[in-house]
Amino acid sequence: MERNLMKGNEALAEAAIRAGCKCFFGYPITPQTELAAYMAKRMHKAGGVFLQAESEIAAINMVLGAASTGVRAMTSSSSPGVSLKSEGVSYIAGSDLPAVIINVERGGPGLGGIQPSQADYWQATKALGHGDFQLLVYAPASVQEMVDYVVKAFDRADKYRMPAMILADGLLGQMMEPVTFPEINPNAYDKSGWAANGHKNAREHHIINSLYLKPEELEKSITDRFKKYDIIKETETEAELYLTEDCDILVCAFGATARVVKSAVNDARAQGIKAGLFRPKTLWPFPVKEINEAAKNAKALLSVEMSMGQMVDDIKLAINCSKPVHFFGRTGGVIPTPAEVLDEIKKIGGNL
Amino acid sequence: MAVVFERPKSLIDIPTHYCPGCTHGIVHRILCEVIDEMGIEGDTIGVCPVGCSVMAYDYFNCDMIEAAHGRAPAVATGVKRTNPDKYVFTYQGDGDLAAIGTAETVHVATRGENIVVIFINNTIYGMTGGQMAPTTIPGQVTQTTPFGRDPQLAGFPVRVCEMLSTLTGTALAQRVAVDSVPHIREAKKAIRKAFENQKAGRGFSIVEVLSTCPTNWGLAPLDAIKRLQDEMIPYYPLGVYKDVTEGVFENVQGGNE
Amino acid sequence: MAKMTVITERCKGCGLCTAACPKKIVSLQKEKRNKKGYFYAECTDQSACIGCAMCAMMCPDCAITVEK
Repeated sequence: MERNLMKGNEALAEAAIRAGCKCFFGYPITPQTELAAYMAKRMHKAGGVFLQAESEIAAINMVLGAASTGVRAMTSSSSPGVSLKSEGVSYIAGSDLPAVIINVERGGPGLGGIQPSQADYWQATKALGHGDFQLLVYAPASVQEMVDYVVKAFDRADKYRMPAMILADGLLGQMMEPVTFPEINPNAYDKSGWAANGHKNAREHHIINSLYLKPEELEKSITDRFKKYDIIKETETEAELYLTEDCDILVCAFGATARVVKSAVNDARAQGIKAGLFRPKTLWPFPVKEINEAAKNAKALLSVEMSMGQMVDDIKLAINCSKPVHFFGRTGGVIPTPAEVLDEIKKIGGNL
Repeated sequence: MAVVFERPKSLIDIPTHYCPGCTHGIVHRILCEVIDEMGIEGDTIGVCPVGCSVMAYDYFNCDMIEAAHGRAPAVATGVKRTNPDKYVFTYQGDGDLAAIGTAETVHVATRGENIVVIFINNTIYGMTGGQMAPTTIPGQVTQTTPFGRDPQLAGFPVRVCEMLSTLTGTALAQRVAVDSVPHIREAKKAIRKAFENQKAGRGFSIVEVLSTCPTNWGLAPLDAIKRLQDEMIPYYPLGVYKDVTEGVFENVQGGNE
Repeated sequence: MAKMTVITERCKGCGLCTAACPKKIVSLQKEKRNKKGYFYAECTDQSACIGCAMCAMMCPDCAITVEK
């Protein structure tokens, strides 16, 4: 299989096109702009649509329009832009539409900075818009995983008729790594039962809608969606477990941070400290079973994040606070070093 | 005897939720008459706004999408770009189109997006109970301008057709009214022209329809029609503001400042 | 010979049709209401109807059919 050296942002775009994405609507923002630029170059050759929207809000609503007709659609942005998209994401979820949203995170709040961050974990997994809903959140840790999870995000978005997000960060978006593009034969999901693409006088009219004025009807639409979420929680969790079988200290990290942590875990092992790595690849649904398996012999857990500590809450919930959960993070665009993480591991190890 | 007037087929045969005398129903009907006459119901996708016509998806028999407040032009863009062979229209009120959705409106026009926008201007927010709209006329009393709209405090209204007619991407910008049978005939012709533009790929067409809101104006339906004629038409002159198939600014009546 | 028929249950009694009729033969009921409680419109002199359909064109509720 052909190996290409590609930037993360460009690999995301190429993979999306190969996964059958037929349109991209976006707005320039650092550090994801290469993705849009790549789409502008490639999309028309692939027979699709590239359009630079007047705003992030317009872009996500263009995605809603295209997705309503049954077409695979995506948008990408970075943290401040994703905040603007939250309105549209809520409507997409409420209208049961498939769509893929990419967040190449940078530091916040406000305009923040343009260096890598993971401070949108809460936003992605808990509150990307108003109302009761979830979106699938994938956290790749390499350029190759960017490719693999974009393909999966489109597939699962279609399968479950819901929005799916790739939560990357500026580090992954900007780094270059060799990638291979697997032979992709996108699953063809039958959308003829709901897509609003013109009824051709051959069926009843379809309505794409998120409005329910009767509370009982709105409640039912939500509880039905949550039944779907229950199935997803059972079947769609993914995680990497590294040296966890005998570990005393389970270090948890996702995305680019997990690569730093893996180095630190190796260094700790070299010094005789039994450390292991738990890396959730799906942030929603959070891999609850997997972390409990990884933590079964651990005496303490440590969450390492590029934020002031967000995933750490989910870790405590997942293990039901049965063990001490520590936190170490750098934020504002600062990337933690393996040495800093090793220091934290040692600190915890000394107190076990 | 032959039937000379009946409900168009693409307008679903159910009662609407609109108040007595609300002219939304007239605009719905003439829009559906155009869809029927062109035989395009099966190839048409409509986008609803947020406002009184939020539930218009229940009335139009073509496929329908309900958009967030002000975002109908963006949603319609996503539909049209991926389905260029389909007819796409939005149906939006003044708050939706000219306040919260101004950016979407201006850019869908300047891109020359090949869609039709039906713009209902009744100078008030109807659904939320009668607040000031971007088109509320100076002096007009609303819930949020209880002493009348004071331009010193609340600024001036937006004249949408005039504004959009300056954009190269606009193919048709026409203001019509539904206060009388002759005006309704004009309005229908304008909507037909807008859809013909879309058929011919001419770009963005907007038909602004001066309409009434008897309930929130606090007027009986016939008095509301009179207000439309006496107060709205002078402030929002009827006519063609831009038509790429003909001259520009040709038959606009004199303005009134 | 023409005929206008009001679908009384669809009529909301707004009266826009009454002003549109050139023959002034459409008026609102003063006593009878439909199920929703509206004084509905009716033709007071069917023989004078010319089938112009102006009443129907003004009706926001598609509550009028016209035959000729």
